[in-house]
Amino acid sequence: MENLKPVLEMVDVKKSYFGNQVLKGVSLKVMPGEIHALCGENGAGKSTLMNILFGMPVIHSTGGFEGEIRMNGEVIDIKTPRDAMKYGIGMVHQEFMLIPGFTIEENVKLNREPLKESILGKFLGEPMKNLNRDEIRKDTQAALDQLGMDMVPADKVAGLPVGYMQFVEIAREIDKRGVKLLVFDEPTAVLTEGEAERLLAAMRALADQGIAILFITHRLDEVMAATQHITIIRDGAFVKYLNTADTNVTEISALMVGREVEVIERAKHHEASNEIVMEIENLEVNMPGEMVKGVNLKVEKGEILGIGGLAGQGKIGIANGIMGLYSATGKVTFEGKEVALNNPKAAINAQIAFVSEDRRGVGLLLDESIAFNIAVPAMQNQGKFLKKYGPISLMDQAAITENANKYIEELDIRCTGPNQNVRRLSGGNQQKVCIAKALTSEPKIIFVSEPTRGIDIGAKRLVLDTLVKLNEEEGMTVVITSSELAELKSVCDRIAIVTEGKVVGVLPASESDAKFGLLMSGITEGMEG
Amino acid sequence: MFKNKKFNIKEFLSENAVPVVFLTLSIIFVYYSGTQPAIIMNDVVARFARNAFFVLSLLFPVLAGMGLNFGIVVGAMAAQIGIYTALALELSGLPAVLLATVVCIPFALLFGFLSGWLNNKTKGQEMLTSMFVGYFAHGVYMLLFLFIIGGIIPINVYELVLPSGVGARSSLDLTQIKGALDSIVKVDLFTFVFILAALSAVITVANTIKNKKLDVTKTVLTVALVVVGVAGNTLPALSMFKRVVKVPVVTYALIGILCAFISMFFKTKLGQDMRAVGMNMEIAEVSGINVNKTRITANMISVVLSAFGQIMFLQNLGTLSTYTAHQNVGMFAGAALLIGGASVTKATVPQALLGTFLFHLLFNVSPLAGQNIFGSALIGEYFRVFIVYGVIALAIVLHAAKKASGKK
Ligand SMILES: Nc1ncnc2c1ncn2[C@@H]1O[C@H](COP(=O)(O)OP(=O)(O)OP(=O)(O)O)[C@@H](O)[C@H]1O
Ligand SMILES: [Mg+2]
Repeated sequence: MENLKPVLEMVDVKKSYFGNQVLKGVSLKVMPGEIHALCGENGAGKSTLMNILFGMPVIHSTGGFEGEIRMNGEVIDIKTPRDAMKYGIGMVHQEFMLIPGFTIEENVKLNREPLKESILGKFLGEPMKNLNRDEIRKDTQAALDQLGMDMVPADKVAGLPVGYMQFVEIAREIDKRGVKLLVFDEPTAVLTEGEAERLLAAMRALADQGIAILFITHRLDEVMAATQHITIIRDGAFVKYLNTADTNVTEISALMVGREVEVIERAKHHEASNEIVMEIENLEVNMPGEMVKGVNLKVEKGEILGIGGLAGQGKIGIANGIMGLYSATGKVTFEGKEVALNNPKAAINAQIAFVSEDRRGVGLLLDESIAFNIAVPAMQNQGKFLKKYGPISLMDQAAITENANKYIEELDIRCTGPNQNVRRLSGGNQQKVCIAKALTSEPKIIFVSEPTRGIDIGAKRLVLDTLVKLNEEEGMTVVITSSELAELKSVCDRIAIVTEGKVVGVLPASESDAKFGLLMSGITEGMEG
Repeated sequence: MFKNKKFNIKEFLSENAVPVVFLTLSIIFVYYSGTQPAIIMNDVVARFARNAFFVLSLLFPVLAGMGLNFGIVVGAMAAQIGIYTALALELSGLPAVLLATVVCIPFALLFGFLSGWLNNKTKGQEMLTSMFVGYFAHGVYMLLFLFIIGGIIPINVYELVLPSGVGARSSLDLTQIKGALDSIVKVDLFTFVFILAALSAVITVANTIKNKKLDVTKTVLTVALVVVGVAGNTLPALSMFKRVVKVPVVTYALIGILCAFISMFFKTKLGQDMRAVGMNMEIAEVSGINVNKTRITANMISVVLSAFGQIMFLQNLGTLSTYTAHQNVGMFAGAALLIGGASVTKATVPQALLGTFLFHLLFNVSPLAGQNIFGSALIGEYFRVFIVYGVIALAIVLHAAKKASGKK
């Protein structure tokens, strides 16, 4: 390894956005065939650094950057994504870069379509050659097979579950020939654990072929499991270059955050009551990849209920079905009244809130301020933050700002202030805005799917704490869906385990991991359902 | 259990609401106009032939995400420059049309490039930009025809210039090229149907051989065409149609070729790039597609096609109002496309053809229908203006609303 030349070096890179210096001299070195982790808190500048590497328009429309990029020792100049691709750089962006109206195969092969001769092409040359649809299908199928994904290449991307979309992007990157360096910007943030493992396996296979991989993730166990080296940045500044073998999760998180990170503990537990606030009967949800096949579940008033289970078993589908985002059948009763299914408005009117696992696709007005985004649902559905002057109602700017400030502090949203546009936030901080938004509408019950995905290890605690606090102080019922059992156990009162689309058991959070493990594997003997 | 893909009348109606409404309206108007359907048909056949190119030319900018390109008026201006050149060289008939076509191409390419470039500077506002491009180009065009023609470029043909010798006449007689394309071959409606049937049969056989499977829909279509043809030639009720309706075969053949070109085009690499750019510019750019170049190309193709369209239009009409002939081209074509059920972001060849047909049918019958229903032809006249602007305004509002809700 020692005498190999690095594929990529980024030297003393600096970048300012509108006078706000977000990178203050970061250096990075990646060896061929290695998986290299880039770690840092939300807003540390990871995506910005990668955007520079990929020549993204957002960098060059805001004054470019300072510093040097070298590939195989040679200084290169990357001004557009086209340049980056020419040098063999591929990238899975943090936000989706897929065209929803196109099919999976059209997206995978976008601008790299195999061509074949056509009548027009004979006269007018290359651009008028026909797409070779057979080849497109074949290559796409091969890439999907390599990832072990069972998807139909001719399906439209619109309407796919997020995890699938992520795999479409990954399929696109691994299908590229002549790639020397692949960047994955938080690819696992929207994946279930099982899917994430599949992805890590695919990444290892690529690295074995000599492709260098830059991997950004907030799941430090993935960093430990998959990478050889780690670069840590904090607040736009380089902190440390580590050998993965010589470090551990505690050290990484301390370096990222700049202090020790405490373990979450919950002060007071909910007393088991028999007051049922929501009853779910025979719920079936048609969510591809997360099919729900007849769930019966009772949610107690004021509790924090966890929904866990392995990937693809249907736990994600439950909340999506209740909220009317995927077609569903069955009966859901909330506070004695039936909630109409397949009707998102009905759920919202019943004061049921939802933080989707798909935070990248849902709900943010990117060109509006943080404050406005947080206030919108409460304003639209409950008339909050409005001042009435006779028939006219105006927005109460002061109240909106105050509310935003509260959440900026509580959730540690890294921004220049409540009036900053959401587009200019880092991915993780955008997710915090989503959570603040759901909380502001003061729901009676809130469904939170994967609350800490894509959120750094320090902020994770803040988010969970906020949920616990609202539960204790406002008596809000919370239902958390998560694939991390440890996370559920640390905050929930009871945990329901979903297997094969059904609830196979509900256990107190204090039960042993072994019992949960048995449930997840589908062994239900001796337990009530 | 969740989705049944059966044919659903309600869904069909709601998805095709616009053409259905206009079709119903047309039928009512045809009835009230009190005109022989055969006579209406003959007029619509001619109008369709002279307008289809404009409407089809709009498909490129729509699919490339630039909306209705009202800027195709610059194509019409290029065509008028071509025609004027042909007249100045005292050509007539087909040679005049061919020369006009050759002359208009470089102008159309240039105009298309410039307006496309401007569109790239004002992304998101293309429809507005293209409208202003039209106004601006009109000014330049006036300058050319009022002062430069005869003033700087000498014109020796007396009928083409004002008596002062400077500036083109405002109304030019195109008798010498009238029907240069249309009159090459003209057949009656049902002979034309037979030609279509023959074509359809050839395609069906070719498809069947290629796919080794009988192409059922095309077979049915062929048989239907034959039946219509036979009926038209034998049934006395249709004899009026046979006598009155004359179809300009060459013009329709050109339209057919354009339709084939468009559907082939969108199977090519460039066509795919255009669709990608139309759906999402940012992602297209990040995928390495040259967004600006693709958009300019789409605009140039559209302007060239509309120039061809204007030549076809003028050879049918037989007169040229030098200073106004181009003016409504963009608006009318846009309205026709929308009536066919297209939106400003999505359009297909069948929608363009259906829209052209419905639009011109309504255009033909609304004055008389207005006269007979309300006792005033003016109401019918207002109505057609209302259709054009109303439909366009509605489409733009719907588009804006969709864009706003799409952001959420
Ligand atoms: N387009 C933009 N305009 C202005 N500021 C921006 C823009 N994009 C990012 N920033 C700012 O740059 C800083 C770094 O953001 P970046 O997206 O690189 O963070 P990150 O490390 O990727 O975080 P995360 O883990 O949350 O994705 C943040 O403070 C963010 O607010
Ligand atoms: Mg990021």
